[in-house]
Amino acid sequence: MKNHKTIILSNQEISPGYYRMQILAPEYNRLAKPGQFVMFRVQRSLPPLLRRPFGIFRAGYVAPDCDGMPPKEFIELIYKVVGSGTEIMQELHQGDRIELLGPLGRGFDLGEPDEEKILVGGGIGLVPLYMLAEKMVANSNVRLLMGGRTRDDIITVTEFERLGVETYVSTEDGSLGEEGLVTQVLERKLDKYPNASVYTCGPMPMIDAVQKICASRGTSLQVSLEALMACGVGACLGCVVKGVGHSDENPQYLCTCKHGPVFNAEELDWSRLEKRDADCGGCV
Amino acid sequence: MAETKGQTVKMTRPKMAVEIAGLQFKNPVMPASGTFGYGEEYAPFLDLNRLGAIVTKGLSLNPKAGNATPRICETVSGMLNAIGLQNVGIDAFIQHKMPFLEQLDSPVIVNFFGNTLEEYVEVAARLEDVPGVAGLEMNISCPNVKHGGIVFGTEASAAHEVVSQVRKKTSKPLIVKLTPNVTNIQVTAKAVEDAGADAISLINTLTGMAVDVKTRKPRIANTIGGLSGPAIRPIAVRMVHQVVQAVKVPVIGIGGISRAMDALEFLIVGAKAVQVGTANFVDPNAMATIIDGLEEFCQYEGIEDINDLIGTLEV
Repeated sequence: MKNHKTIILSNQEISPGYYRMQILAPEYNRLAKPGQFVMFRVQRSLPPLLRRPFGIFRAGYVAPDCDGMPPKEFIELIYKVVGSGTEIMQELHQGDRIELLGPLGRGFDLGEPDEEKILVGGGIGLVPLYMLAEKMVANSNVRLLMGGRTRDDIITVTEFERLGVETYVSTEDGSLGEEGLVTQVLERKLDKYPNASVYTCGPMPMIDAVQKICASRGTSLQVSLEALMACGVGACLGCVVKGVGHSDENPQYLCTCKHGPVFNAEELDWSRLEKRDADCGGCV
Repeated sequence: MAETKGQTVKMTRPKMAVEIAGLQFKNPVMPASGTFGYGEEYAPFLDLNRLGAIVTKGLSLNPKAGNATPRICETVSGMLNAIGLQNVGIDAFIQHKMPFLEQLDSPVIVNFFGNTLEEYVEVAARLEDVPGVAGLEMNISCPNVKHGGIVFGTEASAAHEVVSQVRKKTSKPLIVKLTPNVTNIQVTAKAVEDAGADAISLINTLTGMAVDVKTRKPRIANTIGGLSGPAIRPIAVRMVHQVVQAVKVPVIGIGGISRAMDALEFLIVGAKAVQVGTANFVDPNAMATIIDGLEEFCQYEGIEDINDLIGTLEV
């Protein structure tokens, strides 16, 4: 993990309110693990004062400028415009200078090969699941259950399909795919594949519902949490969640940035987890 | 002098070292408590030995859980926080965090606090013989739970009392960190100087509040939090200026410093050193950039020793 001063390669709206940004990111294709994140800063800009955390959608190589040059690494972020930071981000263009701190945090554990894998993504929460699917399709059956309020919240599903992932879309208003919550689909899939492992990221109410379903069935679950954070490296203690066994006398706080953002469900105290949605537009 | 300004490249580097309460700092830049963890968090990004000193997260007698989340939010050019002084407790600190800090060259200043007079005294006593602890910084911005939650640092008599008691228990250099949430900062500064403080650092965060207008809830769970960041710098510079006028002990300036130019304001009004806080979150390398910037400024201005700059405010 390092702080890179780098530039934007592209920044485009992919669905109303959702943007996809490609950034030159040395070392990331080699180092970044599925589920890890970056702290993003607009160089020389204030506001926003604090960096914003974003999950990495994918990493790769851009074609070299000319023959014989080594290929350059990039990452892609997908973010939803929700506040002052992301409003500034949507105005950025190719060549604009930014800073990336990362890759940060603990990513997903890929689990056992040949096991059924079910990914559950809600809206912008889909972002960290892509790299995970990329790695998993090599040796497992991967299914993606993607939920959103409306069709606008359903993003990049075809890219998952191109990886060979079976995808199931549901929207609350029925404007795309099945009408209803993604958790209904999850119940059905778990009926069919009771030994599957589940990986999820999305709004807190969805994650909470997924956790209840998995806990009641004894299904293995990894969750990627969103949180407001200032530093991303475990210093500010702004992003803490309560671990199992937490009490005021014996605090078992875990930093979302450092111990997470991906947790095994059984590491967390779900009865006392902050259920308020951080709603930070694709941040971790 | 004015003619040669910025035109000659000096071969000798300016002297950056400062001395506070018998402690030698290789430069006047150190982290503000609570923004730098226990040092190790920032080791991947920054050579900790470049810093004038390391200041730890605030320690209490027992581990402290801290507040509910959300604990932070961004405001205009600043941030509000109500972390609640979450920390591992003094014994775990000494056992698990101190061994890493002890092997650094930079002196380690341990920040501590209490919610009763006895707690302050006990924490200071436990740090007395710990190897590697160069000095103590005492946070007096905490409520005294035995006296209706009145913050020690907001009443000169309470501040005097708690600093006097700690002074009796420690032979280490004692820095007292003041809260700005008072009517007259000079009164508290004089009280803690009189009680035996070797140095004074200020300002801690200003109390503030922000509301989410959609949910009509406070934006942090604790409702009220501490405001930090560039937004508070002019207030901090004013208060440091006032305290420098009022006391003889050295003063360490804190509040919204993110660049060398910001640090210089504090030095010019008379702070002998500065602490960098919120800027560490924005840029983990911020302090190294500030140290480089201070050195460049001195070279450019033809200042051979940074001490020659301190307290040179012209009014």
